Amino acid sequence: MIGRDLLGIEDLERDDIVRILDTAEHMVEIGERAVKKVPTLRGRTIVNLFFESSTRTRASFEIAGKRLSADVVNFSPSSSSLKKAESILDTARTLDAMDPDAVVVRHAVAGVPKRIADVLAAPVINAGDGAHEHPTQALLDCFTVRREKGRLDGLTVAIVGDILHSRVARSDIYAFSKLGAEVRVAAPPTMIPHGIETLGVKAYTSLREALDGADVVMALRIQTERLTGAYFPSVREYSATFGIDRAKLRFAKDDAIVMHPGPVNRGVELSHDLADHRPSVILDQVRNGVALRMAVLYLFAGRPGAVRRVRTLPDAPLGM
Amino acid sequence: MTVSRILIRGGRILDPQSGRDERADLLIEDGRVAALGQGLPVEGAQLLDAAGRWVVPGFVDMHSHLREPGQEYKEDIGSGGRAAVAGGFTAVACMANTHPVNDDPAMTDYILDRARHDSPARVYPVAAATKGLKGEVMTEMAALVQAGAVAFSDDGKTIMDSGVMRRVLEYSTLVGVPVITHAEDRTLVGDGVLNEGPVATRLGLPGNPAIAEVVHVARDLALAEFTSAHLHVAHVSTAQAVELIRRARERGVNATAEVAPHHLVLTDEAAQGYDTNAKVAPPLRSVADRDACRAGLADGTLDAIATDHAPHAQHEKELDFTEAPPGMIGFETAAAVTLELVRAGLLSPLEWVRRLSTNPARILARPGGSLAQGALADVTLVDPERVWRYDPAKGFSKSRNSPWAGAELTGRVVATLVGGRLVFDVERGVLV
Repeated sequence: MIGRDLLGIEDLERDDIVRILDTAEHMVEIGERAVKKVPTLRGRTIVNLFFESSTRTRASFEIAGKRLSADVVNFSPSSSSLKKAESILDTARTLDAMDPDAVVVRHAVAGVPKRIADVLAAPVINAGDGAHEHPTQALLDCFTVRREKGRLDGLTVAIVGDILHSRVARSDIYAFSKLGAEVRVAAPPTMIPHGIETLGVKAYTSLREALDGADVVMALRIQTERLTGAYFPSVREYSATFGIDRAKLRFAKDDAIVMHPGPVNRGVELSHDLADHRPSVILDQVRNGVALRMAVLYLFAGRPGAVRRVRTLPDAPLGM
Repeated sequence: MTVSRILIRGGRILDPQSGRDERADLLIEDGRVAALGQGLPVEGAQLLDAAGRWVVPGFVDMHSHLREPGQEYKEDIGSGGRAAVAGGFTAVACMANTHPVNDDPAMTDYILDRARHDSPARVYPVAAATKGLKGEVMTEMAALVQAGAVAFSDDGKTIMDSGVMRRVLEYSTLVGVPVITHAEDRTLVGDGVLNEGPVATRLGLPGNPAIAEVVHVARDLALAEFTSAHLHVAHVSTAQAVELIRRARERGVNATAEVAPHHLVLTDEAAQGYDTNAKVAPPLRSVADRDACRAGLADGTLDAIATDHAPHAQHEKELDFTEAPPGMIGFETAAAVTLELVRAGLLSPLEWVRRLSTNPARILARPGGSLAQGALADVTLVDPERVWRYDPAKGFSKSRNSPWAGAELTGRVVATLVGGRLVFDVERGVLV
């Protein structure tokens, strides 16, 4: 049974994941209609609480909510107005007093959605927190692969790039593993986090070995501004050793597909050619993302008869 | 002239100094231990029944943050002192990272003055090793020691410049007090907030590697060996650092070391759920590191248990995990949580008391740590079996940032005497 919040794939059972993917299949059809709207979440308020800007993910959640007729409110405390000294829990309590039906949270620091969920009455959906998890991205990745390959069980998925700082990598590792795929990660040793093997993956510093026999090659975005010099010597050297192009893709299976969570640094982690052509399925990922997030909002924000706790400030203790 | 007498009757006397571990009465007269023995006379004495309790020299905490002056919303010398005696500490050393910094004899004077007025526990100021904790210009050590400073440390602002650290250690031999190092190489810590390893990887938090401590401990031990200064390593948290200190002491290096209760009983798993009360510097480590710290404490490599009591306000601990300040309060839980090591057979009751009292008093060259006749009557009574639930809101610190909030603990300090005066009683609270 799916829990109240969607904070990470680590917390989900295999059956939960399958149920979300199956629900997304139904949502795909809605997006193909001339009138792309159903009344499922009419009268429900969904807040997109994005502390970290993300035009794509926010738009995807917003479109998903609107196709289900929810009232979607975007709340983006900018880094200037939300000073570092302001407690995230204060923000959460303020929001809670407005009685939303679900809150979608994105934050640059791991753990913020979890701590907001701890004080919020409404379900929280994690839209990416630091280097922790990005569950809807992993779910849409699995959904895309399942539609491409017809299955996930027995496939080999190679995730290439900055594993250390990547929430997508962690969520993908959990999701693909739980659905029966073998997951490998490949990166320069400086970008492989300590203890990654405890997540059930094998780490490679040889791209060739990592890609050998892979059905899916997932390239991760490299934050060149932040990482160049500190984690790898230069963009040129990174793209020569770990950038995916057609030549390196030959290490993988003949029918391997290429994925990327976007936005792509063209010519860095993916060649221009692969960014725009098959076997890359990047735009399918984006399209599927809307259906998948509709499924998530339906399952987490659309529960009937949820009893809400009414919260007010408690009386002050004696003597205050 | 009237003589004030207190008779602590029928307790188990544990005095590491003399090695005594026996059932006996302890008579206190005019603030000092007058006699220790069976069936001591009762006339005119206030009676303290200690049946079933351990009677031990008052605990001495080498490492705490009392936040006054400057951050009285977190703690002040009075509230910190009350929390200390409620935890059995009759004396606490306070670090220099106040606002302004304790890098000047006038500030040391001020702290001691506040302590005389407000704190039931003795307060031993640790002065900054460098002005403003900037790691550049050394402080006036002779004047500071004269004012009452017991040691020098830049604590959390680790002195990164090895040349400065060498001179600080060298110069400290002039005044003969220890230099305390918070050994973390900041370039290796980077933006790390939790022990680098599987837990940080799973939680997606930036890792602070064990090697950051190891490299710095190695450097400071080498500098101590070179300068013959007394180096004291604060809150050791890694297996490799324990081993480095063990080897250095075998070579005769003048090094002592402390370990914090949280590094003895918790691991990085405590940060599951992103509990910022489990964020501390150095971070909670792996099971192997924790076990090595326990072994180091048991074999004497680590001399003292020190709390690193670090109060922070609730709104600060409600920040995200990277922004929340590191540290946890510890005075009121230290005895209870470290008694686990006695129950596990790692420390005898006597050795446990030695690490909480006798050794830290010796390292700081302060009185205390002894129940010998004529010794200062700083005495703590412990009920090692008492089961209780810790609620920081009912504690004496102004802050509540404890990873043991709500936990059921076994063993409790039930009474504390400072200079022969009963300042804490578990039923009545702090009495001053």
